[in-house]
Amino acid sequence: MQNAEEILDGTFLEVRAKLLEVAATLDRIERAQGDAGDFSDLSKKRREKVDQAIGILLSSGSDRAERLQKLFSREYEDAWRNDFGI
Amino acid sequence: MDYIDPHIHMVSRTTDDYATLARMGCVAMSEPAFWAGFDRGSVDGFRDYFHQLTDVEPKRAAQYGIQHFTWLCINAKEAENVSLSRDVIAMIPEFIDRPNVLGIGEIGLNKNTKNEATVFLEHLDLAVKYQQQILIHTPHLEDKYQGTRMILDMLCDDQRIDPTRVLVDHVEEHTISEVLDRGFWAGMTLYPVTKCTPERAADMIEQVGGERLLVNSAGDWGPSKPTAVPDLIFEMRRRGHSETLIRKVVYDNPIAFFSQSQNFSFKPRT
Ligand SMILES: [Zn+2]
Repeated sequence: MQNAEEILDGTFLEVRAKLLEVAATLDRIERAQGDAGDFSDLSKKRREKVDQAIGILLSSGSDRAERLQKLFSREYEDAWRNDFGI
Repeated sequence: MDYIDPHIHMVSRTTDDYATLARMGCVAMSEPAFWAGFDRGSVDGFRDYFHQLTDVEPKRAAQYGIQHFTWLCINAKEAENVSLSRDVIAMIPEFIDRPNVLGIGEIGLNKNTKNEATVFLEHLDLAVKYQQQILIHTPHLEDKYQGTRMILDMLCDDQRIDPTRVLVDHVEEHTISEVLDRGFWAGMTLYPVTKCTPERAADMIEQVGGERLLVNSAGDWGPSKPTAVPDLIFEMRRRGHSETLIRKVVYDNPIAFFSQSQNFSFKPRT
């Protein structure tokens, strides 16, 4: 099995490319945006989610993927069966 | 390496795909009933579809030495129409004894609505009544976490359901542990846009181990890659995993799970 350094070295160019994609996409949004009022509520929330996701990437731990998934998920409510009458 | 794709929608694939899968080592597959890309208008539409799943596809697969098994239901997307769903559920017993039928599936939730939940529960009744195994579809993207929890609630509430005879599909990083911890089998779907990559699937195998874990391509009418399971085999080899662990996930586990169905007449290659 690969050690941490081997994994890092083996994936470095791929990770670099993915980060560049995100950076260029954010640039493209910013160039097109004009003023911040352009966004609908839904789009505003989406843009905030992206920033929160980047925050998760900057944090430490070995569960970043799981936390990112939860960030992009609707919440689960225990009482859903009552709401549905099931 | 011989492998089994436990969740692939061959009705939407070409015969060339069968040939490619056979060359990649696919020896058997299971095809759950699903959405066909459009809502069907009548129970007869489903009757024809079940005929295709139980008669046409097994023959098409056999031409390439692949054994074809299937699951029957009305999928969660069309389950929004409760009266049509009830008609389809009432018709399923016509096909349940066909030799390649492994159980009821893929049932589940799509947008996590009340109608979907109602039809899901009625499918559970059908499965229990006919002692069928169950294959579960969990929703995609932002609906997955909530929907998976709701599905697990309904399954665990029903004392008649044996979790070891239920496969919960399309698990990802935020749902896999809960599914396995509650005693169910879990399936990871390798799907290019909305689901998981071979790399992330290999990460999950490393984190939870290979017990009760399956991997599939979904291979449906949307953007998907029917040869995604060999991609995972390649990724695991590249990382230095043992052939034993790889074979467990792509071959031994599907056989162990499907063998709980009396119609699973799989014959390994000699
Ligand atoms: Zn499917």
